[in-house]
Amino acid sequence: MPSSFEVTIRPHRGWQPIDVREIWLYRELLVFLIWRDIKIRYRQTVLGALWAVLQPLIAMVIFTFIFNRLAGVKSDGPPYPLFALAGLAPWTFFSTAVSQSSNSLVSNQQLVSKIYFPRVFIPLGSVGALLLDLGLSLVLLALLMFHYRWPVSLNLLWLPVFIVAAVLAASGVGLTLSAFNVSFRDVKYAVPFLIQMGIFVTPVIYPIRYIPGSWRILMGLNPMTGVVLGFRYAILGSPSPWPVMALSLAMSVVLFISGLLIFRRMERRFADII
Amino acid sequence: MPPIIDVNHLSKEYELGRSINRENLREFLMRKFKHPSRRESTARNSKKPRTFCALDDVSFEVAQGDVVGILGRNGAGKSTLLKIISKVTDPTKGSVTLRGRLGSLLEVGTGFHPELTGRENVYLNGAILGMSKAEIDACFDEIVAFSEIGKFLDIPVKRYSSGMYLRLAFAVAAHLNTEILIADEVLAVGDVAFQRKCLRKMSEVARQGRTVLFVSHNVAAVGDLCSRGIVLDAGRLAFDGTAKQAIQLYIGMMFNTQGTPSHVIDLRGALDRRSPQGKLLQGIELYTNHDEPLIQGIPLGARLKIRVHFNLPSSTSVFNVGLGFNNTVGQRVFTAHTAFEPDRDHAAAVGDQVMACEIPNLTLLPGDYVLRVWLDVGNTEADLIDSAARITVVESDFYGSGKLPTDGMFVLQHRWSLAS
Repeated sequence: MPSSFEVTIRPHRGWQPIDVREIWLYRELLVFLIWRDIKIRYRQTVLGALWAVLQPLIAMVIFTFIFNRLAGVKSDGPPYPLFALAGLAPWTFFSTAVSQSSNSLVSNQQLVSKIYFPRVFIPLGSVGALLLDLGLSLVLLALLMFHYRWPVSLNLLWLPVFIVAAVLAASGVGLTLSAFNVSFRDVKYAVPFLIQMGIFVTPVIYPIRYIPGSWRILMGLNPMTGVVLGFRYAILGSPSPWPVMALSLAMSVVLFISGLLIFRRMERRFADII
Repeated sequence: MPPIIDVNHLSKEYELGRSINRENLREFLMRKFKHPSRRESTARNSKKPRTFCALDDVSFEVAQGDVVGILGRNGAGKSTLLKIISKVTDPTKGSVTLRGRLGSLLEVGTGFHPELTGRENVYLNGAILGMSKAEIDACFDEIVAFSEIGKFLDIPVKRYSSGMYLRLAFAVAAHLNTEILIADEVLAVGDVAFQRKCLRKMSEVARQGRTVLFVSHNVAAVGDLCSRGIVLDAGRLAFDGTAKQAIQLYIGMMFNTQGTPSHVIDLRGALDRRSPQGKLLQGIELYTNHDEPLIQGIPLGARLKIRVHFNLPSSTSVFNVGLGFNNTVGQRVFTAHTAFEPDRDHAAAVGDQVMACEIPNLTLLPGDYVLRVWLDVGNTEADLIDSAARITVVESDFYGSGKLPTDGMFVLQHRWSLAS
């Protein structure tokens, strides 16, 4: 760091720009925080990282039995278990990321009130650490596709785009909720409920064609709609209603940026009220 | 050269009604989305939110290489000041300009995770304190050596003793290589040997020409380390000058708050206390010649009797009381301890106790002394109060010649004669 380093601390009010330079300076810390979350998540558990795979796997089995066998829900082409898991993998990532990141500031009170670094790293670190779990459930999906002899196409090249969209959506919601959670612990009770409801307004269990045509575009307001459709398009070659997906992707970006701005605005009071 | 730290009319207000008793979401929405006309009327009717001014228009400058001690009673604004300088919280008014990298230690071991091993925590804590991985790699062996953790490096820190934990945490912090270092009460933890080691490391840091802001209740440490002292009182800058003068002012403040002077000092609400076994020390009484209550100064050479009241929660014969006389730069000039008493009654005791210590001639030079009182039960520290009382020694004609030395610490009877 140059010796001419100079910084002035003064009161901040209202909306603040995002300090990209500072985030870049501290980038190593984000890596450390992600690494810490990964290290401690499954410590002192018998099954360890297997939990990352078990959750979507068990959900897939139950969903297949209840929705496919009992209720007669059909997939949009591939066998229903593949269809369900391709939706559950990003959905589990999103729901776990949102619930953990929204709690992250409160559970790291010490870091908020005793030291300074870009605090966006705390919720972002929680989201980042879950990418490992997402990777593991994608491995599970690959094994299952092999079992069903389901082919992969060049669509797979699109997958990174939808993974990024999932990260942006989860981070955007996580940043906003974590900031509100500092002042209003109501968030702690609202989040599990919202996540439970979320799976019904996201086409995880059912294909999007079950939604009447004129309502489909409204589904695009949910950023996870695009992610789930995108995962199925990229991995399983399912049909892709691009207008809905494009709107969804745009929503991810909007949520992420607004999450960052809301977080920045509320950040200055964190240490005083947490 | 411009000052490395420039604090400019800094103020910090906390809103008592809202920030401390957290409002819930419903109240927040009511406040934000009330109809404008109604919002106005409620604003007019309701009182302005009560605010608490933790810092009030504080300005000072720190030059490169200064080691500044910040003193003040609890709630004087010391921690708030350090929190603003380290960017943890925003000021309400004013500004701080820093011309160098800042490392802040508001607590030892911030971010330590119990499930991670010692090695992992060194890296994590280092990164949180602002070190890069390369920097930590470079001084990793030094950190481990300083911490004396040795073979326990690769087990989770939740299995460490509290001493090991603190040693490791301080070791990381001590190797923080920034131009400015700010530390809050870092030395108030750990055993005496560890505190001494930390103090040595701090003075080493100070000698390297780095700029240090140091908050502590330990006037001895401040006197030892700092060249300059700042005293805060109720959020305002009460003094800025030499460390020695600052300590004197601070000690004066500590004792002027307890109402009218008395020879009976209640220690049940004492500040600067370390009570691993509970608040067992209850109070002290001070007497001088012929058991007269000691209220003002005690003449040099006069008798001093100190009665220490304390409570033993369970029956024990292994308990000791100590009294330490520290001068205003924090040096210990005299220690009295029950262990030095050859005719001590070693019967077991329980409940409220009084131990009296009699010093036939208090031969300390005129000046203020701070009395530290402690109680050990079962050979470990049970309760300790850093500044239990202030004892002022005033001049007397000790030698019978009307003269007293200006140098030294105490007087001793001695004779001179012409030997030829």
